[in-house]
Order: sequence, then C-alpha cells, then structure tokens
Amino acid sequence: MTDTHISPEMAAAVGRPLSAGRDSFPIDASDIRRWAIAVYYPEPPPRLFWDAAYAAGTTHGGIVAPEEFNPFAWTPPDRAPARTGGGDAPDPNYLERSLGLDPPSTRFMLNGGVSASYGVRMRPGDVITSSTSLAGYRERPGRLGLMLFSTTADEWTNQDGELVKRSEMTLIRY
Amino acid sequence: MSTSPDPGTLAAGHEIPAFVRPTGLALWNRYAAVNDEFVPIHMDDEAGREAGYPSAFGMGNLQVSFLHSLLRQWMGDDGRIVSVACQFRGPNLKGQTITTRGRITAVRPGADRVEIDLEVWTENQDGEVLAPGTATVSVPAG
Repeated sequence: MTDTHISPEMAAAVGRPLSAGRDSFPIDASDIRRWAIAVYYPEPPPRLFWDAAYAAGTTHGGIVAPEEFNPFAWTPPDRAPARTGGGDAPDPNYLERSLGLDPPSTRFMLNGGVSASYGVRMRPGDVITSSTSLAGYRERPGRLGLMLFSTTADEWTNQDGELVKRSEMTLIRY
Repeated sequence: MSTSPDPGTLAAGHEIPAFVRPTGLALWNRYAAVNDEFVPIHMDDEAGREAGYPSAFGMGNLQVSFLHSLLRQWMGDDGRIVSVACQFRGPNLKGQTITTRGRITAVRPGADRVEIDLEVWTENQDGEVLAPGTATVSVPAG
C-alpha cells in the first residue's frame, strides 16, 4: 500500500485557486424545468420551478431554480475544467493536473460529501460566476485501500455580484 | 406548494414528512441528462464492480437533491434553505428505494422568520443510513 498520497507539492498547494471567475451560460427556464423534473421524478415538480404565471404570484415574484441547481452543467468541453481525462470517465486527478502538480497514484473517485450555504436564488437569465480553490487534503486507510480526501471550496455570485452559494465538496480517491 | 409547516410541529424532536423515491438506472440516467454526469460507475455494473461495489450506484449529487426536495416539500415556497451538508457513507445500489428523512433539532423564533436546524439523512429500504447530514432552514413566523 502507498505510504501517502499527499506529496509535499500537493500539501503546499492548499489554498491555491483552481478557477477564478468562471462564468456559466445564462440560465434558461427550460434548464430549471428539466432539472426539477429529473430530481422530483416521477412526481411533478413544484410549480415554482416551471409555471411562470404561478411563480409570479409567489413571494419570489417569478421562477427560481432549486437551490442545488447546477448552472455549469453542459458547458462545452473546451470550457469545462472537469472533463480533461478523455473518454466517458472524468479524470480522477483533474485537481492536481489543473494545479500543475504530479497526481497521486489513485484510480477511482467518489463523492465524499458536500456542504452548501445559500444567498439569493438563481433565476432565468442569471449568469453565475464560480471561483474555486483547493481547501485541503487528508487521508486514512479504508476498506478499498488508502483513501485520499481532497476538499475544494467554491463561491458563486450572480451578474449583480450577489452571493448565490458557498460550498465545499470532498472527493474520495483510492 | 404555498403551504407552510404547521407552527405546532416546529419543535425539537419532530420528524418532518419523508421524501421517498425508488432508484435505478432510469432515474440516474435522467439525472445525468440534466447534470451532464455520465460517469461509468453510475451507468455500468461492470464499472461499479471494478470500483469495489456490487453494481452501478447512484450519484451523491442526486441524494443531495433528495435532501433539498425533502426540505422544500415540507416548507413550501416561502421556506428558505439556509444551509445543507451531508457525507456519503454507503452506496445507493440499483433497485433500492431511498427514503429521505429529517428531524428538527433546534428552533430559533425571530420577529419575521423562524430558523430551524434539522438532522437529515437518506436511508435504503433496510433502514441503513447512506447519507447523514444537517440542514438549517427558515420559514415565515406565525
């Protein structure tokens, strides 16, 4: 078993930005509607997410997106940093490659956990700006070998500079 | 969805109505189609087994959506999700029915809104917890 996945260069990179000021495409009402249908399926999603006349009468004044909606889905591959591995599988070592570091010798990756706090809601027409940084590394032995935990922090703002979301995501690799 | 929680139920220990979904490849593919998340471990049993699991398994991000939908279903349109966090401890395997639950742990009444902390989690049909977490929400007072 590898003694450690965390090289001195990786440890020294904690805190570095991964992407500063990456913009989404403008959010479309049909992006929101399809997201809501998929996550509520087979029941119909709340009207707030797809019925403009209904939504106009709510405290939101119009359609908003579910809080966890991802406006960065379906970004063209040449603008999407998460798809640099080729083929169907995302590159498990995207993080280190994007920081210019030698990657760890891990083959698999899993979503370890997420946390998010929310500001203003996302609405049709919004353009969301994401700034991501490397928040930390840790590791521990697991059932499938030495597990590497890397955490990235992300902050989203809208076109008016309002905070939309602060989040952290932990990737488990082994 | 304009209903709000019954104020009489806003007390520590109260369990909010569950959000239940059968899961499998069709559900995951539908989610992949909106999140552009076409990852082999979520679509292909062989890839799931190679990664150390008995089959393909569902996206953690979809369980995150279930946790949010649980809160929205309970709060109605005027509710606000302040924060949500969870860890993924077990795989959502093919054919499992996932029940998403929440239990109030603290209530902080304010002038206009009430802030509420909850323990939230997803579990499989055998009651095994897959994604434990916490959430804070706020709903209109009164």
